[in-house]
Amino acid sequence: MKKTGRFFANTYLALILAILYLPILVLIVFSFANNSNFNFANGFSFEAYKQIFVGPKSAELMAAFKNTMILASVSSVLSTILGAFSTIGIFYLKKRAKNLTLTINQLPMINSEIVMAVALMVFFTAFGAIFPQGWTRLIIGHVSFCTPYVVLSILPRLQKMDPNMYEAALDLGSSPISAIFKVVFPYIVPGIVSGFVMAFTLSMDDFIITQINKGETGIETLSTYIYEDARLKSLEPFWFAVFSIIFVVVLTLLLVANVKGKKGDKTNA
Amino acid sequence: MNKTPKNKKLNLSFSRKSLAYPYVLFLIVFVVLPLVLILINAFVADGQLTFQNFIDFFSDGSGLTVLGNSLVIGFVTTLLCLVLGYPVAYFLSKYHASSKVLVLLFVLPMWVNFLIRTLSTKAIFLALDVELGMGTVVFGMVYNYLPFMILPLHTTLSSISNSYIEASEDLGADKLTVLIKTVLPLSVPGIISGITMTFIPAISTFAISELLSNRQIYLFGDSINMQFTTGQNFGVGSVMSLIMLVIVVLGNLLMNKFNKEGNTRSVL
Repeated sequence: MKKTGRFFANTYLALILAILYLPILVLIVFSFANNSNFNFANGFSFEAYKQIFVGPKSAELMAAFKNTMILASVSSVLSTILGAFSTIGIFYLKKRAKNLTLTINQLPMINSEIVMAVALMVFFTAFGAIFPQGWTRLIIGHVSFCTPYVVLSILPRLQKMDPNMYEAALDLGSSPISAIFKVVFPYIVPGIVSGFVMAFTLSMDDFIITQINKGETGIETLSTYIYEDARLKSLEPFWFAVFSIIFVVVLTLLLVANVKGKKGDKTNA
Repeated sequence: MNKTPKNKKLNLSFSRKSLAYPYVLFLIVFVVLPLVLILINAFVADGQLTFQNFIDFFSDGSGLTVLGNSLVIGFVTTLLCLVLGYPVAYFLSKYHASSKVLVLLFVLPMWVNFLIRTLSTKAIFLALDVELGMGTVVFGMVYNYLPFMILPLHTTLSSISNSYIEASEDLGADKLTVLIKTVLPLSVPGIISGITMTFIPAISTFAISELLSNRQIYLFGDSINMQFTTGQNFGVGSVMSLIMLVIVVLGNLLMNKFNKEGNTRSVL
């Protein structure tokens, strides 16, 4: 009886996993077919992959990739710096101010992305003289939805920290500022690192905020370029190759990071 | 002599707090103010304070149809995610409690950009000659949001202490009764979180329905986008954003009420 239950459970889990991964696997297989029709009429080839680098759209594709990376790097570094300092500050705020700040901090996370995106657009349009179209708006937009995650990944570390550590540094003659840099900061480094990774990933993955706020400057990231190019027609073969690469890179990175992270946790415990 | 340390203490507690001020200012300017502008825009038409935008939205059949469509599709998507996702979360916590990697496998797809996943499914539907429409949209939505349902459900289900289950078994409950009368009620916070995390993005999603229905079905998110970009109708767009905001706030109040310790949102 117990065995049939487990068998049924595993069959069900395997079925759902299959559905979740089937589109991904099918796409990877046919990325070697070099056509959009999901057959191997043209034989097996790496042509689609070659098209990424030498095809008619490779210049645009590479520019979009570069923009995605620049935007993700700048926004995640800025969000991490802003998030790291402010979390220490927020932690020491009085209770009411702290709760209010944390509630506002959650707004970009819980609110519907499209509403945040159009609200920012209305704001940028109203103050267009101060915030020129292009990178300024995109970076502010990305920092605004990345920083809340940085704050929430650092805060638990601070809550676990023994408050006496900071006091001890002061008693030993450290100034408040050097106590923060030499005692509090090193303690929250793990939170800062995971906040940074989170911010980078979220920024890279973003479509809605970028699409609405990119304006007419011609800055395309990977996701907005995919949308522009593939929205109205069927997927060109080189997209099969691009998607396959992204699938493999993202899934491997996350699996490795998490398996390693879990191991690290175990040794810590 | 007595005075100096006291002063020092006052001074330093100020300096620590002040680290929060730049970000507080940032939040006020780039998060709160934009939402306030939406609120103002909703009540302003032709430079005057009026309810005209609300009247325009509620008297225009197409806007209401989109809202209705979104609510129906959002509801169906959420229900399907719950029905499909609950057993996944339950089986994972029951039979694979120690396997973190397996849980991870169910959550990983949500880290691949949704456009990429949506366009892949679309390409496959087209290759299989499946007609794009309501069915494919719902499939795409369930495919996209299922991990968001599984994650909070799994968090709650795996935190239910085994002693509750043993207790009800000792008291003579059979397997089904244990599930319905013990596990299910204890997992209500996870169900509420899952519903909120699925329903809100599902009704306000932008691009999924457009892509998977060949631009026949537009949802609320697409509609808001069009009001602000192609339509240039900030007033009606703001009214729609406000409606969305109200749904978000209600959803989260509900979630907080059931889920005091919360934090099921912290993904991975």
